Amino acid sequence: MPTTQENWNPGKAANRHPEATYEEKERLFLEVKNDVRYHDFLYGCYECGICVSACPSARFYDFSPRVIAQAMAREDVERIYDILTEDIWNCAQCFSCVRCPRQNNPGGLITILREVSLKNGLQESKDALQGYSRVIYKVMLKGNQVSPDMLQPDFFPDWGPWVQNFSQNMHVWRKAIPMDSIRGLTDVAWRVERKTLLELYTIWFESGNMDIIKELDESLYDLLVEVMQEELEDA
Amino acid sequence: MTTTVEQILERKSHPVVRDASAAPTDDMHECLLELEAKGEIVLQRIKGDYVEFPTKYGRKKKIPIEHTWHHKSCGHCGHIPGYASSILWLHRQFNLDYHDPTDQTSCTGWNYYASAASNAVGQAAVMSRNFAAAYETGYFPLIHCGTSFGHYKEIREQLVHHKELRDEVRRILDKMGKPLVIPEEIVHYSEWVYAMRERFKERQLVDMSMITATVHPACHYYKIVAEDAIYDPEIYGGQRTAVVTALLESLGINVADYSTWFDCCGFGFRHVLVQRDFTRSFAVLRKIETMKNEVNPDLTVTHDTGCVTTLDKSQFAAKAHDRKVGIPVLSDAQVAALAMGAHPFRVVQFHWHSTDWRPFLEKLGIDWQKYWDEFQGDLELIRSGQKSGITWEDADKPIQLTA
Ligand code: SF4
Ligand code: SF4
Repeated sequence: MPTTQENWNPGKAANRHPEATYEEKERLFLEVKNDVRYHDFLYGCYECGICVSACPSARFYDFSPRVIAQAMAREDVERIYDILTEDIWNCAQCFSCVRCPRQNNPGGLITILREVSLKNGLQESKDALQGYSRVIYKVMLKGNQVSPDMLQPDFFPDWGPWVQNFSQNMHVWRKAIPMDSIRGLTDVAWRVERKTLLELYTIWFESGNMDIIKELDESLYDLLVEVMQEELEDA
Repeated sequence: MTTTVEQILERKSHPVVRDASAAPTDDMHECLLELEAKGEIVLQRIKGDYVEFPTKYGRKKKIPIEHTWHHKSCGHCGHIPGYASSILWLHRQFNLDYHDPTDQTSCTGWNYYASAASNAVGQAAVMSRNFAAAYETGYFPLIHCGTSFGHYKEIREQLVHHKELRDEVRRILDKMGKPLVIPEEIVHYSEWVYAMRERFKERQLVDMSMITATVHPACHYYKIVAEDAIYDPEIYGGQRTAVVTALLESLGINVADYSTWFDCCGFGFRHVLVQRDFTRSFAVLRKIETMKNEVNPDLTVTHDTGCVTTLDKSQFAAKAHDRKVGIPVLSDAQVAALAMGAHPFRVVQFHWHSTDWRPFLEKLGIDWQKYWDEFQGDLELIRSGQKSGITWEDADKPIQLTA
């Protein structure tokens, strides 16, 4: 995040990332700007800071949705590259910032910035998503983001002895739920039909989603493609 | 302890006027009708009974009472199943027709907000596939998750405003033989709970008047496409969404206000899974501890998956730092079910919650140990193979939980 002094500097930001050329930074910015949602999310910025006052991440990190909206509104290519590589993963995506009196959606801008960062294989995004691949695997393949068997003591030690107790009783507790769509299942949240999953796989291939995964994590991509293609061919 | 309407209005220099004709945004209903007339979308209409309530700018929103297609939440079903079973249990108490589908995927919004490992077309196609699946059954979608609800409303806006997105989604749906369906309303289950609150009150078996509760309004319910959330002049002068608070007041609970009500819970989507230092700190310092210091509630109540999990599970580690924690967390549906005599473990499934809920049940006069022992008996039968699991037959009947 640029220093406070830089934030107040009315000129454009200095080049803090000489490892990338200006042309490359500009190309990334244009990719953000060309997203179909960009103009719905940014209408200019008063610098009022209302978004910052509502932002949880601004309380805990050196992070500001105002700086992001400002940089985008001024098309400050260098600053936008700083944001792409240093800030976007701090956002909690709560959308408290949509209180913006200018009707901006800084959280939405961050979503687009993240997408562009991933599509272009920026290392900072790969680092931020380390340890997250298993969740992507689960949601893309099973159609559920989370499942009971993810609640393991090594993964959630800070949740206390409840997790230990849960993982010891998981199988029987899961059978003791009255809903037919859930009862007994531990590797998915609810039962998703095979036909439904095949339709979901079609969406991932047809929407260009798989290209994003390929940039993010090649081995995850190979794994997903192998399983999904086999299932689609068998259908 | 609730801030009264008068107190809030006194703080305002101008009276609050809700005039739908002066709303600053397009009316989504009109946009959808136009697209339907052009043959671009299939508009699914509510069949049967519905109730209308005002939304933020004074427009009306229809809430269906039955024939609903329960768009489940992965966080509920995976980690807090008593949340989902309480919603269905409430439907069953009134013999309301519903469908619990298996032709449904997660909205995948949690993943998208966590990792951005998808795109606008992919997300819109996932939503539209689910909506087409609901349409095929004739049931109307009722969305359990706050994030799915907010995400779908935002996608609906994108589909309405961008023809290229509609064309691309239609191309993908064509491959599955499905039309592009958009329901006439996107409805969150807590709006249904709000609509049903007086009927719940009529069947209330547990007196809750000794309980003080705080409310955490879920960000993705009322901040994303803010205009579509329900507001009621009787609740906080129409300055905050009415859902949850109105239910608790109907059940006789004393709703206490606290200064950080607008703050998020700290879930963070990515943070709760791989960077929980942020999640824990925010949940405890900005929410739980503030509630404790300001009003010391018996309970905090919310209406979304991530909020229940974050506010509940984050409290354990904070004890090591001598923070003021120890507020049990429930959803509005769980509170309503408990009030109507749902079994605390077979239906409400308290054992999936980690912050100690026993003092809350004791304050209500519920002998939780008795019901826990009964539930342990169920588990023994399941373990020994004499019973395959708990069914609605075991869970449907309301119990006189208090002496
Ligand atoms: S969406 Fe991101 S930028 Fe906006 S308030 Fe939430 S954390 Fe801050
Ligand atoms: S609230 Fe809006 S106008 Fe104000 S600083 Fe933030 S983005 Fe800019």
